[in-house]
Amino acid sequence: MRSLAPTVISMALATRPVKGTAPGKRPSPARSLWDSTIGKKTVMAVSGLIMLGYLVAHMLGNLKIFFGSDEFNGYAHWLRTIGEPLMHYEWTLWVIRVVLVAAVVLHAVSAYQLSRRDIKARPTKYVHRRKRASYATRTMRWGGIILALFIVWHILDLTTGTVHADGFEHGRPYQNVIDTFSTWYGNVIYIVAVTAVGLHVRHGFWSAAQTLGVGNARRERLLKTGANTLALVLTLGFVSVPVAVMTGVVS
Amino acid sequence: MKLTLRVWRQKNAGADGAMSTYEVDGISQDMSFLEMLDTLNEELILKGEDPVAFDHDCREGICGACSLVINGDAHGPERTTTCQLHMRSFEDGDTIDVEPWRASAFPVVKDLVVDRSAFDRIIQAGGYITAPTGAAPEAHATPVPKPDADFAFEHAECIGCGACVAACPNGSAMLFTSAKVNHLNVLPQGAPERETRVLDMVGQMDAEGFGGCTLTGECATACPKGIPLPSIAAMNKEWLRANRKAAKR
Repeated sequence: MRSLAPTVISMALATRPVKGTAPGKRPSPARSLWDSTIGKKTVMAVSGLIMLGYLVAHMLGNLKIFFGSDEFNGYAHWLRTIGEPLMHYEWTLWVIRVVLVAAVVLHAVSAYQLSRRDIKARPTKYVHRRKRASYATRTMRWGGIILALFIVWHILDLTTGTVHADGFEHGRPYQNVIDTFSTWYGNVIYIVAVTAVGLHVRHGFWSAAQTLGVGNARRERLLKTGANTLALVLTLGFVSVPVAVMTGVVS
Repeated sequence: MKLTLRVWRQKNAGADGAMSTYEVDGISQDMSFLEMLDTLNEELILKGEDPVAFDHDCREGICGACSLVINGDAHGPERTTTCQLHMRSFEDGDTIDVEPWRASAFPVVKDLVVDRSAFDRIIQAGGYITAPTGAAPEAHATPVPKPDADFAFEHAECIGCGACVAACPNGSAMLFTSAKVNHLNVLPQGAPERETRVLDMVGQMDAEGFGGCTLTGECATACPKGIPLPSIAAMNKEWLRANRKAAKR
């Protein structure tokens, strides 16, 4: 057995990695979480799931509009009082806002950097083109940009009231929502955006599961069905509000 | 069969390339795609022209040397390697586009030949086990559970042809790397380097300039050996586990 030792050593030398990854020179775990493609995808997956959780809560909150202005306005007021008396008025809301902004920024920066890398990795297109991947998959990048623009408009419209159609009033969200969905462009922007949400979630939820290593051959159908259901329920839930205002169910 | 071929011609790595059109006649349906290209090359040589350069070796579908994007599909319309693709998959009078693998990590060397040594460097980074070589050990010395053996074998089927990278819109090598990582990481023989293997191979993959995975699934569709898409999720799991363990040290 003694004679094995030199063999093992010389083999270790022969198989030493070519560049940058020699043992001991490995980047720190936190560093590689941000620097490696898998790490950055993990950041995207986690921040995406945080936003997805918020979207589900947001959609459920929106449905309260079907139960009258008192319930809807009361719900909106409650959002500012969550955690009282431990938390001061609006504190919890601000915590949620900070977490969401952090998630949006991390998600967008990762997406931008990964996209840059992806485009650089495939600089030459094939002459013979054919349609690739599903619509939801191909529209992740543009869909994300549309959603980012929508969020800006949505906040200026219904949170700050800066671009609101017709006399924005703080503390009266029921009336503000009806104002927005009484304009044609309000409906168009909103419906386009929530459709984009559905498509984004459809590929995003399933992708997040793969990135976090939850996916395997057995769970494949479960995760795909879960992603499709989530996307459909979110889109229908959100779309129901402008449709209800347009048809006069909510007025 | 009479065919019109539109083939990518590029003199060398630095030169600009373009598609050139050739007519080939007298092609049998039983010829492989490479034999059809051999026919074209014989004609080109007789005419005193430069034959089309393409990679090939075993022509049995097991070595991973042949490549070619045929009508936009890596290895063409059938789920096999180009050498095992037969002309019966095409119709008489067809126009066929033949292009090299496209990825910045796979630069074109000449015509349809690309440099795939980036894959070799990914393997060098961790695609091995540190067992002393020599005579084959007793097969039952290290027990391997049947499901693990099957999982390892499924991934060991990867021949490293690079069709996954060619098909991926991001030029990502995730399917290749995951096949190699999963193959060794599930086995007891691969256990000593389980963490360093996935960290180093992914690190090398990134260093080579391959893109990231957006889970379009193009790679698994193109793979002539049927490496499944969930292979990527399995490697992600291994990577996250290894990174967590490294953080604890």
